[in-house]
Amino acid sequence: MDSHHDSNLSNSSQVGQPFTRLEDRRHLAGQGGFVADLRLPGIRDVAFLRSSMAHARLGPIAVPADAPAGAVWTAEAFHGLVKPIRAVLDRPAYRPSDQPVMAEGTVRHVGEIVAAVLADNRALAEDLAERLEPAYDPLPAITDPEQALLPESAPLHPGWADNVYMTMGRTTGDFDAMVARADVHVTRHLRMERVAAMPLETRGCVARFDRGSGVLTLWIATQRPHLIRTMLAEQLTGIEERDIRVIAPDVGGGFGGKSNLYPEEILLAAMAMRLPHPVRWIEDRWEHMVSASHSRQHVQTITAHATKEGELLAVDVRFLVDGGAYAMRTSTPAVEANMASSVLPGPYKFQAYRFEATTVATNKTPVGPFRGVGRPAAVFAMERIMEETAAAIGMDPVEFRLRNMIQPEEHPFTTISGLVYDSGDYPSLLTKAAQSIRAPGKGDAPANIAIGIGFGCYTEQTAHGAQEWHRRGSPFVYGFEAARVRIDPSGGVLVSTGIQSHGQGLETSLAQIAGDVLGVSYDRVRVVHGDTELCPYGMGTVASRSLVMAGGAVEGACQRLAAKIRRIAAHNLDCAADDVLLAGGEAQGPGGSIPLDAVARIAYLELQKLPLDVEPALDILYCYRPPVETGAYSSGVHAAKVAVDLDSGHVKILDFVVAEDCGRVINPLIVDGQIAGGVAQGIGQALLEEFQYDDQGQPTKVTLADYLVPGAPELVNVRIIHQETLSPFTVHGAKGLGEGGAIGPPAAVANAVSDALRQFGVDVRRVPIRPEDLWEALRP
Amino acid sequence: MKFPAFDYARPAGLDAALDLLAGEAAVLSGGQSLSPMMGFRVARPEKLVDISRLSALRGAALEPDGTLVIGAAVTHAMIEDGALPGPLGGFLARVAGGIAYRAIRNRGTIGGSLCQADPAADWPCVMSLLDAVLVLRRAGGERQVPVRAFLLGHLMTAIEPGELLTVIRIPPQPGARFGMAKSTRKLGEFAEGIAAACLTPGAARVTLGALEVPPATLAVDPALVTGPQPARLTSSPLYAAVDAALKAADATDPAGYRHHLAVLTGCRALIEAAQP
Repeated sequence: MDSHHDSNLSNSSQVGQPFTRLEDRRHLAGQGGFVADLRLPGIRDVAFLRSSMAHARLGPIAVPADAPAGAVWTAEAFHGLVKPIRAVLDRPAYRPSDQPVMAEGTVRHVGEIVAAVLADNRALAEDLAERLEPAYDPLPAITDPEQALLPESAPLHPGWADNVYMTMGRTTGDFDAMVARADVHVTRHLRMERVAAMPLETRGCVARFDRGSGVLTLWIATQRPHLIRTMLAEQLTGIEERDIRVIAPDVGGGFGGKSNLYPEEILLAAMAMRLPHPVRWIEDRWEHMVSASHSRQHVQTITAHATKEGELLAVDVRFLVDGGAYAMRTSTPAVEANMASSVLPGPYKFQAYRFEATTVATNKTPVGPFRGVGRPAAVFAMERIMEETAAAIGMDPVEFRLRNMIQPEEHPFTTISGLVYDSGDYPSLLTKAAQSIRAPGKGDAPANIAIGIGFGCYTEQTAHGAQEWHRRGSPFVYGFEAARVRIDPSGGVLVSTGIQSHGQGLETSLAQIAGDVLGVSYDRVRVVHGDTELCPYGMGTVASRSLVMAGGAVEGACQRLAAKIRRIAAHNLDCAADDVLLAGGEAQGPGGSIPLDAVARIAYLELQKLPLDVEPALDILYCYRPPVETGAYSSGVHAAKVAVDLDSGHVKILDFVVAEDCGRVINPLIVDGQIAGGVAQGIGQALLEEFQYDDQGQPTKVTLADYLVPGAPELVNVRIIHQETLSPFTVHGAKGLGEGGAIGPPAAVANAVSDALRQFGVDVRRVPIRPEDLWEALRP
Repeated sequence: MKFPAFDYARPAGLDAALDLLAGEAAVLSGGQSLSPMMGFRVARPEKLVDISRLSALRGAALEPDGTLVIGAAVTHAMIEDGALPGPLGGFLARVAGGIAYRAIRNRGTIGGSLCQADPAADWPCVMSLLDAVLVLRRAGGERQVPVRAFLLGHLMTAIEPGELLTVIRIPPQPGARFGMAKSTRKLGEFAEGIAAACLTPGAARVTLGALEVPPATLAVDPALVTGPQPARLTSSPLYAAVDAALKAADATDPAGYRHHLAVLTGCRALIEAAQP
């Protein structure tokens, strides 16, 4: 990965430095602690029997006569102990569906939990689970979103008139007038298939109930320990939130897939509360493929109306998303289509916008958030139509985009879909990316190879505050983050935070922020996260919000602590607090200095030196709520250069450039890692990854041999160009960037392949791009 | 995805292994196909006889007449790293290096791959091209079976209960040049198209794998291979010839992509064999 920084940040601050990650010390030594590493005395394992049918009436489950008492837990065993999961959205068009914690009466997708089996180890639990015989009476399965809309498709959920979770639409601007003014009208029907986050570590949960204290402790591979705790208290009977402790230990990737509340953790909690020993469930990859949330699966129709001079006048889009069998909490399946329709305009301005966003239920694994949520699909639709519209009017696709982009001086800019962009320079990003990807020219390729270049331009809504979450109808308004900062008597800095780091390097980035304010080296700062008992309440790591929100909280807490340190130091240095500088691990006054550990000793152990009006101890809790709550918008342009083998239809990526602007870069190494990892997932979506189901609703790709995740050989060295347009709305001027890497590649790669094949009249209508489809389209 | 219960034996010698196999038992060699199948509980052997450490099956030698003899428990990685003597060693090292991933090659064995008989795997295709002969031993006897008679179809072979593939014998291939081509969307996956080709003075043949049937070996006019090729292979006389030969073998849907990939990889393997 190459990285080129276009930054004017040049002081001795730690923010902005490419420090290697503090957490890598334990991970590279194999000393991380994940859920499956946990060893507890007496622990027993749970295996779930999962539905082998996509849609069926579920009758009695025959249990072998030799099954040990208490080994098999069916839905009846949980009556009165747990409540079904209901994901709500405070929008009139949204229709909730209850997700049973364990199936009862009906199963609605392959992989739905039918029974839990408890044994001394997982193998024994599986031995018994496979001998259970559920009585299934098959029902017709809905396996495609368009099929779900057909009148003959019976509603999957009781009380529903059809299979629509939510449909909404709006027209903004004088749509008909713009259509009448346009010279060209370009339409494409597109598909983005169903994928999943597929973290290296599958899900997992250990639950232990301490009868003495009445405390239920759950270790869960999750992105949101505090919210999971709040929701568990709602789902379980007989226990208060106060008595639930959720610990997210080291988590091996989440990407949104571990942000949902899952039935498994509710079941484990309920079982642990009734058992004298801890219980454990570690998800295997097959379970992950059929029961962890899936994502995307869009059917799209998009039309651009433009003048022949290259002015984009209006866009008309319809999103249809296959939401799967149940509404997962909290995002609901509607998050995908709703988000796509709202972010579709991206970096462009146009006069009129009409959209319809519909999410339907099918007999497939439920859909939840995955890195990018709605944005990869929106950018795919928008950028494909920008490319095709440019071709239709005979204009260079970069020139066409530049003509229609929001200019930097127009910020803050309210998009036609109502989003408020804080800052950005999109034309500059596109110009840089185009110069970089086009520099070597198209080159000489053999006659069986067609080379193409394509772009994917996006804005990335990040770190949205209360106003935006409330606008969406989210029952939880993710409006703040908290940080507690302590300095112990020896001068060590302990930061605990409500977000949760599962690969983002936040233990390092937040330490850099704290280190700068407190004048200590970042590696003296220990960042604790993921434990509801040790950390202040927080929303968790989702929606590209952690650095901005938790960074703001850490900055604020440290500033307050620093003010206190300056007062203590000033008192002992006989100077004014304003004259004290925190640097190099000491408090420096005009006439002398005191080491930070000495200040800390004063605050805790030598109170005779502490001013009477200063509260003892160095321990601050601060909650950060951004002053402007509409979010900070990162932006980027992805540019791909591909080679299409005309004989086989195979696509090879030759070069990939990311021009990216996430405002102030806190740690360039971490930012580059986030981008490269996101691009890898985006390329997976562009070329390889897709779940498929047969017409009975059976998933046909349930191993990593069938569901193809890109490996190093399928990727290229991502060349990254940074641009720093600071956000006026955030503490450091930083913007979130966790998702951007995954947003651009499907559009950029699809456009590059379309560019390569334009000479043959072929353009990409579907991702992943399948070699056989290209071969079929290229057949003479 | 945990294994069901099974018994496990790791006999010290070949005879002991054959005695154990005379009862109800399955062979564990590298386990790279068997263990996932056991994890999914698709394969449920009651007893596994682990032959992976039998030194008698872990070697390779060149016989005086040029026959290359490979022990069945030789791993892909050993072949990749140059364990095979003689003129075929280089080609087979290259084939081995293209199998799956190194972690799989470290354990997976040539004999295991042949007995698994996945049509998309490398060794069934290459050994068919080379007319290898497989030595199947049982307690108190052995038989030799040409690989093309051994491979019966998708995951099906002529091996019988109690038999163990011990040795692969590859006859000398004087004056031969080889080529190999695979088509995968992702490196290391089972191929969607796989072909190995052999060019000798006056003859050319190509073996196509990844079909619904055992690998198909087709004779091709060598003049089509050695001449200049157009940039678009699909419009070449060679493509037409392989296409016609595969259609005659009746092993594919001739209108489908897999048929095309088989022909295309076949052409590419032949052209590679003709490279100086």
